Amino acid sequence: MTASRTASRTASPAASRYDTALGWGWGRGRPLASTTRLVLYALVLLVFCGPLLAVLTGAFDRTPDPSQMSLIPRHLTLDNFEIAGERGLWTYLRNSLVITGGALLLQVGVTVFAAYALARHRFRGQALALMVILATMMLPEEVIAIPLSLVLGDLPGLGVSLRGTLLGMILPMGGWGFSIFVLSEFMKEIPVELEEAARVDGAGELRIFGQIILPLCKPGLGVVVIFGFNMIWDQYLLPLIVASSPDQYPLTVGLQLMRSVPEVGVGALLAGALVALVPSVLVYLAFQRTFLSGLTTGAVKG
Amino acid sequence: MTAGTGPSTTRGSSAATGLGPTHSDPGPPPPRPGSVTSVPSARRVRLRRAVLPWLFLSPALLLFLYFKYLPMAKGINLSFYKVQPFLGDQWVGLDNYTRILDEESFRRAFGHTVVYAVAQTAGAILVGFVLALLLEGRARTLWFVRSAAFLPVVAAVAVVAEVWRLLYFPGQEGMLNSLLSWFGSDAQRFLDDPDQALGWVIVVGIWKNAPYDMMIVLAGLASIDRQLYESAALDGAGLVRRLRHVTLPALRPVVTILLTLAAIRGMRVFTEVYILTGGGPAGSTDVLMTRIYDLGFRANDLGFASACSVVLFLLTLVLTGGVTWYRRRKELS
Repeated sequence: MTASRTASRTASPAASRYDTALGWGWGRGRPLASTTRLVLYALVLLVFCGPLLAVLTGAFDRTPDPSQMSLIPRHLTLDNFEIAGERGLWTYLRNSLVITGGALLLQVGVTVFAAYALARHRFRGQALALMVILATMMLPEEVIAIPLSLVLGDLPGLGVSLRGTLLGMILPMGGWGFSIFVLSEFMKEIPVELEEAARVDGAGELRIFGQIILPLCKPGLGVVVIFGFNMIWDQYLLPLIVASSPDQYPLTVGLQLMRSVPEVGVGALLAGALVALVPSVLVYLAFQRTFLSGLTTGAVKG
Repeated sequence: MTAGTGPSTTRGSSAATGLGPTHSDPGPPPPRPGSVTSVPSARRVRLRRAVLPWLFLSPALLLFLYFKYLPMAKGINLSFYKVQPFLGDQWVGLDNYTRILDEESFRRAFGHTVVYAVAQTAGAILVGFVLALLLEGRARTLWFVRSAAFLPVVAAVAVVAEVWRLLYFPGQEGMLNSLLSWFGSDAQRFLDDPDQALGWVIVVGIWKNAPYDMMIVLAGLASIDRQLYESAALDGAGLVRRLRHVTLPALRPVVTILLTLAAIRGMRVFTEVYILTGGGPAGSTDVLMTRIYDLGFRANDLGFASACSVVLFLLTLVLTGGVTWYRRRKELS
């Protein structure tokens, strides 16, 4: 898809009317069309960003009414954060950061090794290994929620309970079939000649892995890290079934405990929502290109 | 990632200091056909080649074993038992499964799940398609609007659901209600209205997923040969006919598969529904996952809840398998 896209881009000499499916006129001489478009864009922004902007203003706004949200702040204040803090916001944030940090490190490490084995080796049982890994995509937390909570309560063969621990929310996120698959697709595209040349020069397995394959699949690593972050930050059901008390909740689950606070109405919830929203938005804005490339790779190949 | 930061030491650090030809040391040499030492070391190399990949795979496989496959097996096993915490589990055969068929609340939840999955997916692609048409192009304004409109996709589901719960506040002064009142509409009860609640839940799903579909459609649009539009226009085809005969056929292959898979994924919806309505009012938005959650974690009916999970799993498995098989067959012909 990328190839044909660049091809068609270079083929079209200048911006023409038929550059887009709609083929709308744009710019000088067509004031009506331009205005219509601008109005439509504003509408799109209002619909898709409005609710999120309302979170931003609401978080800093003193709202006497327990139900009101608005796009324009009336009375700026930090009270909401203070009260949300009393309700455990910073504990939830800390939990979220620990879970996301730990699970992401683990997940990326696990993914990198597994993808390397699948993409750069031929070995007996490879098809089976691939199938075992891909099949886990059919087993998300939802489908196995009930037995998973039992298994976490008593790890078979180890006699350890992970219930009520952050580790119990981290370990199940360690393996992710999707990211292993995507990264191995990226790794497959690295030419074999590079690897062979290094092997002839006496480089060992781990050196080839660490100094040739990994640096060359940086875009793939970017996709894995960013999608992994999003996936882990988004977790809801897993922490819900693992936690044994609210002080183990991550932000996503903890929000419900800030729903209505008599002093600030919805302010505390919105403050919490903002805190939960900011990292996802920042990661997206910072790595937008990687994000979108991963989206299309994942979509077309997965 | 941590493994890539420095030269590894597993095979003697002396050999791993540079890319130059430094293998004069007695460490295991690379396979060299014809050299004197090749007979024993070739075997070792071959052995290593067979074992090493499994070593690399082992963390992933171990985690999957513990947190995917063992739970799955346990779930299937439990589904044949009546689970009683202190009395001991009692084998009931297929009773839990026949109970699924009998239980009215489960049948309703199944219906809601299908409606949710289909309506949310269809709505999201429709809105996403319109957005993509509207926002296609290379201008910087367009890039900005696209990036901003994509934000619902990256926001955590729980945050989205909590925010929409507020927007849907059923009183006069709720945000959406005050917006509606500008257009002269009466105040809606939104999620409190058993007849409408599922619809409003679906709206949230569409809002969150439409920008994702927009990006996929945009990627598809970019791959369409611009000359097709031009020649179609020269042949007198208007906008609608160009869309129907040039744009849609080009998008179809990628989009249909995506949609089917998204709809299947929609069958597993939980967080949105759990936060927005918890399945209520009066079970009018109950989906399979909220039923299973209630049965398993509130009513502690683990055997029955496991049977429901197995059904949900088989459903998604068969549907996904069907789609994959259909796609393969189509690719072959």
